[in-house]
Amino acid sequence: MSNVVSHPGGLVLPRYPRIAGLHPPNDWPGYRSTRLRHPLLAPADLPQRLTEITGPLLGEGRLGQLDNDLTRQHDGEPQGQRIIVRGRVLDEGGRPIPATLIEIWQANAGGRYRHVVDNWPSPIDPNFTGLGRTLTDGQGRYEFTTIRPGAYPWRNGDNAWRPAHIHFSLFGRAFTQRLVTQMYFPDDPLFFQDPIFNSVPDEAARARMISKYDHSVTKAEWAMGFVFDIVLRGAESTPFEPAEADDDE
Amino acid sequence: MSERLPCTPSQTVGPFLHIALPWPDGPFVVPEGTPGAFWLRGRLLDGDGQPVPDGLIETWQADPAGRFDHPDDPRGAAKSDVPGFRGFGRSATDAGGWWEILTVRPGSLPSPDGSTEAPHLDVSVFSRGLLHRLVTRIYFPDENAANEADPVLAGITDPRLRSTLIATELAGGGLRFDIHMQGADETVFFDF
Repeated sequence: MSNVVSHPGGLVLPRYPRIAGLHPPNDWPGYRSTRLRHPLLAPADLPQRLTEITGPLLGEGRLGQLDNDLTRQHDGEPQGQRIIVRGRVLDEGGRPIPATLIEIWQANAGGRYRHVVDNWPSPIDPNFTGLGRTLTDGQGRYEFTTIRPGAYPWRNGDNAWRPAHIHFSLFGRAFTQRLVTQMYFPDDPLFFQDPIFNSVPDEAARARMISKYDHSVTKAEWAMGFVFDIVLRGAESTPFEPAEADDDE
Repeated sequence: MSERLPCTPSQTVGPFLHIALPWPDGPFVVPEGTPGAFWLRGRLLDGDGQPVPDGLIETWQADPAGRFDHPDDPRGAAKSDVPGFRGFGRSATDAGGWWEILTVRPGSLPSPDGSTEAPHLDVSVFSRGLLHRLVTRIYFPDENAANEADPVLAGITDPRLRSTLIATELAGGGLRFDIHMQGADETVFFDF
């Protein structure tokens, strides 16, 4: 089957193959909030046309100078372990995605979000908002300086705790590539009981949400370094693909 | 087949998305005062018909000429004649589940199979309790002929389901599009 679809006028569009079994099912009873928020009907088929293979290319105008350093957004320094989170945004073909907007948000070192609905007994840090933004560079690279977020309890069940994580929102270059995910930390003892982390069906795919400690990223007498690469759906790059590449999600 | 890198999976935005995702200018696909601009608004509702107060709606669309300022459009990237046209809208839902964007009507689009897509917006829905975004489309109520010829709508034969993709006109101007995540009024969502 051809990877491109042409029309009499010569309209040739890239195609972003679906990836079977990658994303979590929305019907996931262990995460209670899914109960009334997942569709019951089977999804309809949406062919990828012009609206799907394009997308917002949101640029520099959205960024402030300190948006990628969450430790310097207030008069004083936040509490906690200073860390660097660095990585690349690539597509499935290994091509870097340059100049794409990344937005992150997270709890403070004590596991408290600066948010009106978070009121568990761990203090707000007046020097930490927990919001970061950046654009990837020409090689798809990004870097944030922040504080290692704490784990926190939530009301999903008896003694339920979320593993420490940073929320990541990415656009890529096409509507099909839009992704919101969470970055976790290595060896977190809370993974076993977290229905959100474990909603991803494949163990190897779950592991891809866990950042890696990298001593070469760690800055001496300053900050520990973690690497988190993100891979978005990719357009097929070769003219002809076997039919099985055209699988269902 | 060339080797492919495995993708990163989706996770929920959770209840604290408001720290990062709403922008002051998020709802403005076009600037205020743009000729022909209208508000498109609606509610995000759960399976009990209750408002979802911690959701986020994003929209993406062509400009009124049916063009995208994007290099992957094979007709060429085209800057819109509408000053400040962004094509992208983003609105968090409020306590009543309401979201809104200010936009202009997109043009029709050519399709690789030779058919013509009716004016539409692509929509992503994010919320606490959604592990992966939901995707739907918004069509226009006064485009009957174009909607009849639209290849995506043509794939949805049940009139009840088809009607979930078409906005309704609001008295006093603007359009309304409610999104029902589950239940008897469930909106059509797409796999793509």
